[in-house]
Amino acid sequence: MPKTVLTVDDSPSIRRMIAMTLQEAGYDVVEAVDGQDGLTKALAQPIDAIITDQNMPNLDGLGFIRALRQHPQGKGVPIVVLSTDSEEGLKQQARDAGALGWMVKPFTQDKLLAVIKKVVG
Amino acid sequence: MMDDMTAIFREEVRDLLESLERGLLDLKSRPDDMGLVNQVFRDLHTVKGSGAMFGFTELSAFIHEFETVFDKVRSGHLAVGPDLLRLALAAKDEIPGLVEGEADPEGRRVAILSGLHGLLGGAPVAEAVAEMAPAEAGPTGDGALRLTFRLTGAALALGARPDLVLDELRGLGAVEIAADLADVPPLDRLDVEACAFGWKMVLPASVTAAQVEEVFLFVDADWSLDAVAAETVETVVDVVAVPVPEAAPAAKAASPKAPVERPVAKVEAKVEPKAETKTEAKTEAKSEAGATIRVPAERLDALMDSVGELVIAEARLAQLARDLRDPALIATAEQITRLAGGLRDATMTMRMVPMRSLVGRFRRLVLDLSDKLGKPVEFRVTGEDTELDKTVIEKLADPLVHVLRNALDHGMEMPEARVAAGKSREGLVELVAEHAGAEVLIKVRDDGKGMDPAKLREKAIAKGLILPETQMTEAQIFALIFEPGFSTAEAVTDLSGRGVGMDVVRRTIDALRGTIQIESALGRGTTVTLRLPLTLAIIEGLQIEVAGEQYILPMPNVQEIVELPPEKAEPSRTEDFLDVRGGFVPFLRLRQLFDCAGTPGAGQNVVIVRAGEARVGIVVDRIIGTNQTVIKQMSKLHAGVRALSGATLLGNGSIALILDVGHLVGMSRQQGDAAQAVRQEVLA
Repeated sequence: MPKTVLTVDDSPSIRRMIAMTLQEAGYDVVEAVDGQDGLTKALAQPIDAIITDQNMPNLDGLGFIRALRQHPQGKGVPIVVLSTDSEEGLKQQARDAGALGWMVKPFTQDKLLAVIKKVVG
Repeated sequence: MMDDMTAIFREEVRDLLESLERGLLDLKSRPDDMGLVNQVFRDLHTVKGSGAMFGFTELSAFIHEFETVFDKVRSGHLAVGPDLLRLALAAKDEIPGLVEGEADPEGRRVAILSGLHGLLGGAPVAEAVAEMAPAEAGPTGDGALRLTFRLTGAALALGARPDLVLDELRGLGAVEIAADLADVPPLDRLDVEACAFGWKMVLPASVTAAQVEEVFLFVDADWSLDAVAAETVETVVDVVAVPVPEAAPAAKAASPKAPVERPVAKVEAKVEPKAETKTEAKTEAKSEAGATIRVPAERLDALMDSVGELVIAEARLAQLARDLRDPALIATAEQITRLAGGLRDATMTMRMVPMRSLVGRFRRLVLDLSDKLGKPVEFRVTGEDTELDKTVIEKLADPLVHVLRNALDHGMEMPEARVAAGKSREGLVELVAEHAGAEVLIKVRDDGKGMDPAKLREKAIAKGLILPETQMTEAQIFALIFEPGFSTAEAVTDLSGRGVGMDVVRRTIDALRGTIQIESALGRGTTVTLRLPLTLAIIEGLQIEVAGEQYILPMPNVQEIVELPPEKAEPSRTEDFLDVRGGFVPFLRLRQLFDCAGTPGAGQNVVIVRAGEARVGIVVDRIIGTNQTVIKQMSKLHAGVRALSGATLLGNGSIALILDVGHLVGMSRQQGDAAQAVRQEVLA
């Protein structure tokens, strides 16, 4: 059964790019437009991994991760945070919030696939 | 695929720039609104991030500096001021050029960047695009390497997969992989979410620290890589060697999918949303992208066309069903009527666009003009959410730009003159949009010097537009500014005053089946009111008959229908007025207007229609009923026929012409004036 990856990003172009890359590689992809939407979708179905943006309206990446980690079904899902910032402080904050890892934009499609492989196998 | 992506990106940038501009303009009046600052920052951030993704490195680098400034504002290190906003708007204007890869021969971008740089107090602006943080490739020793690692804290709970890590390390050539079970606690104290054991292994000398770092990129682990000393190799061998395949199930047991639920989660309680998040949610409630789909405008037009055809076919079916008197067919026809109605309404709603999409442009215009003219002006907008058909919105932009320009350029006084006249230094220009029945009213109001009817009159006489002895009401005099070639500005500026504006405005509004009206009070300001139909494509029509021909009157214009009193049945030169409940309404006879032969039967009706503020009666032979009218444009050959605004197909397949009420009202006024002249002659 294909693995399902949830991509949470307010930028449609990034979302599409992630979705198309992963779909071509055989993953199922669920898209969400912000943290709030991401939370709803992550709780609505089994998700194997999450790639989320940090800067988003309504609920940002960290808020989304914190909220998701409150739910039993959101506890062990690997989450990778995407951002243009590579500062250690933010990285640490993301870790503390419950993110597994961090990926800095811009990234290539190969890089994205490598990361997802690393995270869900 | 990348091309598609780039197209999506460009569209996204357009939206973001709109939001960015709105944010910047709003910041002018609410410089302390952190919600706005955050919104601006986020818009910039997204353009930068997506731009970098799709290879727009120059764009990203440019925005990065721009964003840095707003980051400072966000953190309270920099205040929003006019300089910052001016630079920010200028920077925003450069973005489309950067997206299109246009060169910047005048060096505007550099100037803007150095301006932004100056705002930061000369502090070094961070280097361009944040590249992927490259892992440092530290040199490793010549001999074999020993790697030990232990997952830290909650790594397993966060979804780390040690089995995948081990696979990867094996890929790098790891051998002698062994688990270090020294710290595994007794079963009763075992925390299933924590990983109590570590691993040790030997890696070939060719492996670099960077490669290992890469493996641990997503695993929160403490790891160390050392050269293998002779004695430690032996220790490794001492440790119970765990065959790799067994390590994997062990990891899986504690991995996220395991059905282990412990009440630990409650300790962290619920996450309190930050105050900031709340205000953001409020300001952005309207911009939720959640459930929207973008559809190219042509597809909507095509849909509207099909729905139009459907509505006509449906009318034909209903007619047929009635004629055949077949109950089953009638029932089906009724059902289809309902469905077609629903489909029509849904399609129309899809085409509705809020005024908001235009307003951003106007705010910018007012801001730029007020700077340029040295007239400080507050621009107030009410009813941004008022929706209009997208075609109407598109065509409305230019006329409104003209009207706003006029308000600032001609209407508004210089600040000194305002103060001298006892007004506030800062002028007020208001744009109000609101629904009024099946129409939308758009008012542009200024509190400037107003128009002087006497001056306008003189000017019109001088230009030969009217004769010195022409009697005119104030409204008629104001309407003169819509005449081609009429300009009141004493000096022609590059903004307005060439007299090519207002007549174009009126033509455009006419073409939209709207009306335009001016009210002005000398010294107190001018209000321009546009009345526009909600939609252009389908209207509710009143079907009437004159001399055997069918016509349609748009229902929104129809106020009431009365019978023509028998004593008025014969045309007269002077008495074409009707007493409708105490008010006199002039009326037109369509038979007369269309030069129809023959005499009407008894019981003619008068349809009272309204256009703008005026009411007129239209005498018709027979009222047939209301129907859904799909407006079809008439051919170019008929473009000169002003009394008709289009044609439509009826249920029986025949054609009916749609009457242009605004024009008919105008004609009746002239006729009324003529009648009055005749009356005066008679009396004299």
